[in-house]
Amino acid sequence: MATNQQVVGRVGVQQQPSSGVWRDAFGRLRKNRLALVGLFGILFLAFIGIFGPMITPWPYYAQDTAAVTANGFKPIPPFVDPSHILGTDQLGQDMLSRLLDGARISLTVAIVVQFVVIGIGVPIGAIAGWYSGSRIDNGLMRFTDVMYAFPDLLLIILFSVAFRETAFGQALNGLLLVFVAIGLVSWVTVARLVRGQFLSLKETEFVEAAQAIGVSDRNIIMKHLLPNGISPIIVAITLGIPAAILAEAALAYIGVGVQPPRASWGSLIAAGQPFIRSYPHLTYLPGILIAVALISFTFLGDGLRDALDPKLKGKQ
Amino acid sequence: MTGSEDVSLADAPTIVELSPEDVLRARGEAIANAGMGRKADHLLEVRGLSTHFSTPDGVVQAVGDVSFDVGYGETLGLVGESGCGKSVTALSIARLVPDPPGKIVAGSITFDGIDLLKLSVEDMRKLRGKEIGFIFQDPLTSLNPTLTIGYQIGEAIKEHMGLPDKAAKDRIVELLSKVGIPRAKDRLKDYPFQFSGGMRQRVMIAIALSCDPKLILADEPTTALDVTIQAQILELIQKLSTEFGTAVLLITHDLGIAAGMCDRVNVMYAGRIVETGSVDELFEAPRMPYAWGLLDSLPRIDDVRGDRLRTIEGLPPLLIDPPVACRFNPRCAYTRDICRTEEPELTVRDSPGHLARCWATEPGGWIA
Repeated sequence: MATNQQVVGRVGVQQQPSSGVWRDAFGRLRKNRLALVGLFGILFLAFIGIFGPMITPWPYYAQDTAAVTANGFKPIPPFVDPSHILGTDQLGQDMLSRLLDGARISLTVAIVVQFVVIGIGVPIGAIAGWYSGSRIDNGLMRFTDVMYAFPDLLLIILFSVAFRETAFGQALNGLLLVFVAIGLVSWVTVARLVRGQFLSLKETEFVEAAQAIGVSDRNIIMKHLLPNGISPIIVAITLGIPAAILAEAALAYIGVGVQPPRASWGSLIAAGQPFIRSYPHLTYLPGILIAVALISFTFLGDGLRDALDPKLKGKQ
Repeated sequence: MTGSEDVSLADAPTIVELSPEDVLRARGEAIANAGMGRKADHLLEVRGLSTHFSTPDGVVQAVGDVSFDVGYGETLGLVGESGCGKSVTALSIARLVPDPPGKIVAGSITFDGIDLLKLSVEDMRKLRGKEIGFIFQDPLTSLNPTLTIGYQIGEAIKEHMGLPDKAAKDRIVELLSKVGIPRAKDRLKDYPFQFSGGMRQRVMIAIALSCDPKLILADEPTTALDVTIQAQILELIQKLSTEFGTAVLLITHDLGIAAGMCDRVNVMYAGRIVETGSVDELFEAPRMPYAWGLLDSLPRIDDVRGDRLRTIEGLPPLLIDPPVACRFNPRCAYTRDICRTEEPELTVRDSPGHLARCWATEPGGWIA
């Protein structure tokens, strides 16, 4: 057995650093080329989202009226005007600046939504799983089923429209509403996942052993069950990010969400859509970025799933 | 309850500060004086314990009317075939029977003067690990793969003893070296997968002993280990239980282990205790056909090679519908009518501590 040899070998030999689950997982991830592509795609997008707006010559809201007027009040295509490398829209707003600022908005939405999802989904799934078979479990899961059965986009739209005029709907330039609305429909998958994890994990002997030494329920859930069930949660979260980007884009496209002059990739597409034949750069530039983001996160999510699956341990 | 807490709280810091020799001596004295603080004659008194499981096919009477005592510092064996209720008895004592489907339906369990079945869930939790340690069968699955060894040993200490971090860590290291793990200090940050099976069982023993319990329930502690490791682990349990003055309820299906480790042995069959006595009495003069069968099924060195191994004919009964009267009667070679109509009681045989549940070996029975 490998463990035996390791133990024997270590008695006299220099102590090796403890290799953990995460180190192993990262090692496997590093060997997965697609996942690395995804990881670099994400790092690239995050980089331009964080630092891009700081270095662009134009603020996202600035209108270069002179340039548009000179162009006859029409959008400027890319690579025509050296001061607007990626062109402008019909209002003279610099596309590059708006795309970079849009990266900020879209990525922020995607990530904050995941926190909402974790905040709702994990506790509900954990409680339902730990007290499985009880009335609490039944209540929580039927509620989850109802949420699951409801058409996502419809619920998001209803929710957004209902609260749009309130202070809550206006907060953070309309973004808070988007976070909560998308989060409210996305947590169900995570809740079910966590419950399923807990159902199988709570039957394990180490949980029984922990109970036998009098560990409290809270500590069993937090220290024993969650860390053991975390891998699929991480994968679900990573794969939830592109879904949230897409949901945000869909919302922005129909005018819900971040309010002008700020723009997300989705609202940029919406704004450019009337000009899709004459000035396609207004739609395909943000479209490309959305595609890159989706593919990157999906690749990374798939890679993580393989890397964190203990059954693959030692292979590849 | 409060009394026992005072004792162990007073104990805890001294164990950490004293040298091992001092601890040994203090322990010895404590055992010698054990009569003084005692609230009961026995550390554990189980009376009429019945644990049932509701299944779709009916109620499984896993443990029926089991009574026994464990004295302070004593090692009591619980032997029997698979499915005869040994483990459920241990789980019932720790109140860890999964509910549903399991339920303790009758009886009382008195531990050190405390009626365990009347304790609240929270009080029972505080007792587990602190006063009653548990060693499970399979060390490979009983340790959490995502937590370090040091954390898992420290868990009970943190939960029950409230030691400051430094003292807790010292105690963890001390425990780990006590159970024979070399370079204990360096291994606290290791994960279970870096330990072999035998070492993990040592860790489990360290966990069971971590809060200096009065009783350890060892549920087939060596079944998952290979024979050479078995001997080491048993020796360790024996050594440490003597050193700490801990009583052990050793569950095993291995009669050799029971003979080597225990002061007294209970033989269980189909949820009942069918014979109880000191090791010598039970192995030299068993007074119940089932115990004969068990002893007879041990392979012997003078067996003719190639002969069939001896077994007890038939299978243990399903406990949904146990045999009426004597539960062993369908498999017993000495059955007479009374065995099928009336259940014998556990009655005294040749010496006061030796009891058996059999019509045939009672005074006036048909087996002398």
